Amino acid sequence: MADSHAYDVIVIGAGHNGLTNAAYLAKAGQRVLVLEQNSLVGGAAITEELRPGFQFTTFSYALSLLRPEIIAELDLVRYGFNPLYMRSHFAPMDNGDYLLLGPDDAVNRQEIARHSKADVDGMERFQHDTSRVRQFLRPLFDSIPPNVFSKDPQDADQVAWLLNHLGGADTKVIHDSVRLLTGSIKDFVDDYLESEIIKATICSAACVGIKLGPMSPGTGMNWLYLAMGEHDGHSGSWSFHKGGNGGFTQVLARAATAYGAEIRLNSAVSHLLTKHGEARGVVLRDGTEFRAPVVVSSLDPRRTFLQIADPRELPSDFVETIERFRFQGVSSKVNFALDGIPRYPALGDRTDHLLGFLNFAPTVEYMERAYDAAKYGWYSEHPYIDACIQSFMDPDMAPPGKHVMSCYVMYTPHELKGSTWAEQRENMADRVQATVNRFFPNFDDLVLQREVVTPDIIEERTGLSEGNIYAGEFFPHQMYFFRPAPGYSDYRTPIEGYYQCGSGTHPGGCVIGAPGRFASQQIIKDTRR
Amino acid sequence: MMRTTPFHPRLEQLNHAHAWGNWSGYLSALKYDLSSKHEYFSVRNAAGFFDTSPLHKYWLRGPDAERFCSHVFARDVRALRPGRAQYQVWCDDAGFVLEDGVIFRTAADEFFLTAAEPNYGYLTSLARRYELDVVDATEDFASLAVQGPRSRDILRALTPDIDELRYFGLTHTKIGDTEVMVSRTGFSGDLGYELVIPADAALEVLDAIIAAGEPHLLRPYGEEALNMVRIEAGLPLLGKEFTSSRYAYTDAHRFTPDELGLGWLLKGIDDESRPFIGREAILRERATGSSRWRTVGVAIEWRDYYDLFASNGLLAVPDEIPVGWETMLYSAKGKRIGYATSFMYSPYAQRHIGIARVRPKFAEIGTEIQVEQTVNHEYLNVRGHVTGLPFFNPERKVA
Repeated sequence: MADSHAYDVIVIGAGHNGLTNAAYLAKAGQRVLVLEQNSLVGGAAITEELRPGFQFTTFSYALSLLRPEIIAELDLVRYGFNPLYMRSHFAPMDNGDYLLLGPDDAVNRQEIARHSKADVDGMERFQHDTSRVRQFLRPLFDSIPPNVFSKDPQDADQVAWLLNHLGGADTKVIHDSVRLLTGSIKDFVDDYLESEIIKATICSAACVGIKLGPMSPGTGMNWLYLAMGEHDGHSGSWSFHKGGNGGFTQVLARAATAYGAEIRLNSAVSHLLTKHGEARGVVLRDGTEFRAPVVVSSLDPRRTFLQIADPRELPSDFVETIERFRFQGVSSKVNFALDGIPRYPALGDRTDHLLGFLNFAPTVEYMERAYDAAKYGWYSEHPYIDACIQSFMDPDMAPPGKHVMSCYVMYTPHELKGSTWAEQRENMADRVQATVNRFFPNFDDLVLQREVVTPDIIEERTGLSEGNIYAGEFFPHQMYFFRPAPGYSDYRTPIEGYYQCGSGTHPGGCVIGAPGRFASQQIIKDTRR
Repeated sequence: MMRTTPFHPRLEQLNHAHAWGNWSGYLSALKYDLSSKHEYFSVRNAAGFFDTSPLHKYWLRGPDAERFCSHVFARDVRALRPGRAQYQVWCDDAGFVLEDGVIFRTAADEFFLTAAEPNYGYLTSLARRYELDVVDATEDFASLAVQGPRSRDILRALTPDIDELRYFGLTHTKIGDTEVMVSRTGFSGDLGYELVIPADAALEVLDAIIAAGEPHLLRPYGEEALNMVRIEAGLPLLGKEFTSSRYAYTDAHRFTPDELGLGWLLKGIDDESRPFIGREAILRERATGSSRWRTVGVAIEWRDYYDLFASNGLLAVPDEIPVGWETMLYSAKGKRIGYATSFMYSPYAQRHIGIARVRPKFAEIGTEIQVEQTVNHEYLNVRGHVTGLPFFNPERKVA
């Protein structure tokens, strides 16, 4: 019994980072066991058939941040990796007009010129300046943060590398980086652009997942984080994986299994087993024990350190830092099954605006007011919605002629003042549906079914604390070498043999895979010592 | 959605090749005939017309217009009299070229600028400290180039006014009932004219020109033929010879006017009364001799090109369509000395020609060089030499 339960590595959680980590370790020859509490892999990246023929991306709904190294190193194409191109970005306006940006820069210029001639080259400058910032920060984003709190000479080399990189940058790039990293996205775009719809479109992308409005400092950094993604090397482009992000995590599971990892479903971990301050294995909620000298948690920092590990075995200042680590989920999803195609009056029978994101945020002020509600413990009267009719990208998502539409909704705080989500859920979804219907007047008639996923449900089903989609908020003091705690941004923990590989570590959230990959590198390095 | 220019309904009927490209979001013919070489010969021997409507067009108007333009543009506009046009470049304050274009002085306090890239935001941001209006007139006008030895005969039949027009001269005249602005300018290196026509009268004017051109074998030409004639004329193209410094990622993609062979535009740079953007950096470049490149012509004699292929078992089939990438250049001793930004077989010159950037000490006309070619899937060098620019410059261009 004990022998069959002995592994080199146990990974807690089969979300995309847990699977990535397991695949890398298995590929490196480790005997890996992945333990997943749910009956399917994927964590927050799952696809479910809630109505015959209709596939819902319950939580996570698009792909961009996934590091290209992972696709190559894990040979994911062989296991079915298939990111479908999201061609357009459509933003309806209150006056019936719209902004429709697509794959061709020259055509986009014409579209921008309809709204502001000055913004045509304003947008070029914005894109150029921000792409230089991305280029500058990418080496930091794509490496394990140096431990600036350490006295180890090996860490000192890394710190020297960091200082050298910062010192080598162009003055303007440094300044633009700081402006973005510390300022509000609104202030930043105001320096380049004048058209409200163009500004609102950029600003909305800066508010995804965080409890901040476009006028709040900090949104610049979130914009930059999300802009670090790409599709086929095109910065800032998004794709829709065949079968949704659930389709993507199935690819990862196939890869991990092919490399020799074992995935065990319906196996919720109760706690970490330790001896002399070292990890020895885990115990499931049903009492089953699994032994391994290395345990990797892909859960968020709160659950990794305050629930799975025993906080009494951790330094008290570290525990305090983790207790202070903020989550504050504000995101919801409302997913619709539709009987046909939503029509935008100004575009008649056209559908080329439906081949990517639909962005319901007509002005910057609209976004800011949507955020105001969240500050005071309530959800937006007029929500910001980032939607996508996914069956236009992948016909297998819905029966022929029918469609599925994913609506990501902001702002819906985890804690409601004086009420609960159980009471407010349908009312919130009504507001979402009314907002979509305001711009697409045939929408109400098309709705066959809707699924409403509020922060409490995200927390309950995926384990993400307070339903925070990034496994911990994006604040400067919770990023880079502070993620999740000073001195522990290298995927190690105060317990020998216990590692972390979730989105609560550097670089952070989204379907990105980097935490899982970096953690595997650290583990392999430590095991060879 | 792709847009179409005001001429499109007629151009669509004329485009037998159904070959369209995308220029600034507008459908723009790559060629009308199955042979762009045929169109090239029309321009060189008779006349051709090319739709330039996607060019960005701006009015710069107001009491400060001259002061503004002499600050923004590297070439002195103060010398430009109303009724004249000027080829221009504008730089950033490091002396790197942002863009080139043509500026027309329509009145003492009014200029009209055409440029390939959008500049409205840039110009308005600079205009704040001046009493000046910047108006984007791109969609108000269609524009048409009529180029080639017969161009004067064709337009003369419609408006005798143009007979008097000197090289880079400008006149307001009428074709039929339509007020048009005609300048003796172009991108072909030959005798030629450009017309700026109110968008709503564009088709009417085009039809009149086509009718007047019929006895002169006037034909439409597309981007491929345009590229051929402009390389022979030694004229730089944005995106080929240079990138706008504003959008370049490294200094390797940035160039000064001197490096682009446009130093002649900077006449009077020593004049302290005109502190245009980039002047100090350019003066510094000249004082320290820090130019990294010189722009030159390169040519390969037909025999050398033929022999290179023949000695490798191939028949040399020169292609007049310019290659879409840079062609590497080496010294006679095999050292890398630069690259051709545009390279093609010139039916007029009967040999391969190119516009190139080389290190200054290899810029002397006649310098023997090696030009890299792909032969049998190998990079092989062929002997060539440095030439002056342009390759094509008939007397009638300015006569």
